[in-house]
Amino acid sequence: MAHKNSVVPGFRLTLGITLAYLSVIILIPLSSVFLKTADMGLREFIDAAFNKRVLHAYGVSFISAFLAASVNVIFGVLLAWVIVRYDFPFKRIMDGMIDLPFALPTSVAGIALTTLYSENGWIGSQLSKAGMKGSYTVFGITIALVFIGIPFVTRSVQPVLEDLDKGIEEASLMLGATRSQIFKKVILPELLSPILTGFSLAFARGVGEYGSVVFISGNMPMKTEIAPLLIMSKLEQFDYEGATAIAIVMLLVSFIMLLILNLLRRRTNKFLKE
Amino acid sequence: MKKHKSHGGEPKGIKIILIGISVLFLVTMLILPLALIITQALGKGVRAYIEAITDHYTLKALQLTLLATITAVAANTLFGITAAWCITKFKFKGKQFLITLIDLPFSISPVIAGLIFVLIFGRNGLFYGLLEQFDVKIVFALPGIILATIFVTFPFVARELIPLMEAQGTDEEAAAASMGAGGFTIFWRITLPNIKWGLLYGIILCTARAMGEFGAVSVVSGHIRGKTNTLPLHIEILYSEYQFSAAFAVSSCLVMIAVIILILRNLVEWKAKKSR
Repeated sequence: MAHKNSVVPGFRLTLGITLAYLSVIILIPLSSVFLKTADMGLREFIDAAFNKRVLHAYGVSFISAFLAASVNVIFGVLLAWVIVRYDFPFKRIMDGMIDLPFALPTSVAGIALTTLYSENGWIGSQLSKAGMKGSYTVFGITIALVFIGIPFVTRSVQPVLEDLDKGIEEASLMLGATRSQIFKKVILPELLSPILTGFSLAFARGVGEYGSVVFISGNMPMKTEIAPLLIMSKLEQFDYEGATAIAIVMLLVSFIMLLILNLLRRRTNKFLKE
Repeated sequence: MKKHKSHGGEPKGIKIILIGISVLFLVTMLILPLALIITQALGKGVRAYIEAITDHYTLKALQLTLLATITAVAANTLFGITAAWCITKFKFKGKQFLITLIDLPFSISPVIAGLIFVLIFGRNGLFYGLLEQFDVKIVFALPGIILATIFVTFPFVARELIPLMEAQGTDEEAAAASMGAGGFTIFWRITLPNIKWGLLYGIILCTARAMGEFGAVSVVSGHIRGKTNTLPLHIEILYSEYQFSAAFAVSSCLVMIAVIILILRNLVEWKAKKSR
């Protein structure tokens, strides 16, 4: 802390380049959304951003993203647990496979899942026997978002679980705690922060996801239309105002949710440290 | 003494059930889609498969995807190193805020990422007049595709390097600097060998995302066949024209690339752990 700037050279140069690149690629382009909105009348904006069809699309996007992220919390923790704590054949392959949704282009995932869950698909035909529909429903959208979000929770929980001191668990066991008590009182609190991180990453990704969802959703207005798709179709009709109005609402809601989740995470961290 | 046995883990039954559920989950969610792609791709025979993947438009799309990916990854790698150097080697105000800004693209929908470039460079856009004068096309052309890809993959390399370089501190660099080494020499001789695996890891993730980007590129591409169509967009077109086996044939190539990326990723991670 003695000297504010270290003897290592390059501060001005690297900071300059970083800020310039950040401005050109992110900040200036992003500001266009706000400028465009400022150009619109209030009435016009509300009509474009909050009409019935658009409201329904927000609903589908946020609800399916929330459901998918929640499913991923459960399976993410389970996968991380199984990989870190147990030994079994093909464990390495299973561990490596978890990142597949990151590496696979979303449109490939999209058409594969749509075919799989359509009425004649391998899974879809089984579902229809049970009277359920996979593709072209909100359920289908959620499946696609679960697929996209698998790695997020697992990869945030895994390193924390690896570093967890097993001594505490053993001590609690000696003191007569049951397995479920240990999980609830010793392990889970440690995992809360990475779970929240994984959840918010998966959620943010799910709300904005387009490629894997357009195919499986069927895009029926007031039913399975998602907000990013509405932006896309407005753009195709050269309705830039309409597209911008929806975009800004999505941006603001995502930012607010991320802020809340960040605060929540900071709180749990603080609480644990005290 | 019975307790001693179950010391390290749960009862065997629970263990088997948990592993079983995990395997079942991964098989339904990951393996079935992959198996489906392969069977559908070969559904019309090997000849149709080869025809689909050597089709003129497929090869053109592959070319474009590679070009956009290489440019975007190179730009973001240079930026990632620069930003990580600036953030981890110096103390300054607003550092946390800068990191938040770098992470921003992760929380922005790819469709919105495409939209902002259309708003700036498209018709009625801020710079449209200027571009018109010089007859430069950005949106619905290659520059737009590259810009959108850069935006979406912006944080990957920086995000991988910042925690790594933070943990390594600045002692070695400071020592070299006090002995008179220049900035570039310090980076090349000291920092780079220390961060090479992390850097490679970031580059792999960045490449994977850049190759597969769909939403953002879809907005700015204009879908001109043979010209502004990337591989993921080409798959969409084939699929919507009901050329299912062709769509899955092209998909299967991307699956292969994805698997190679995964193997590389694991190799690099393993190397990084070993070198520590």
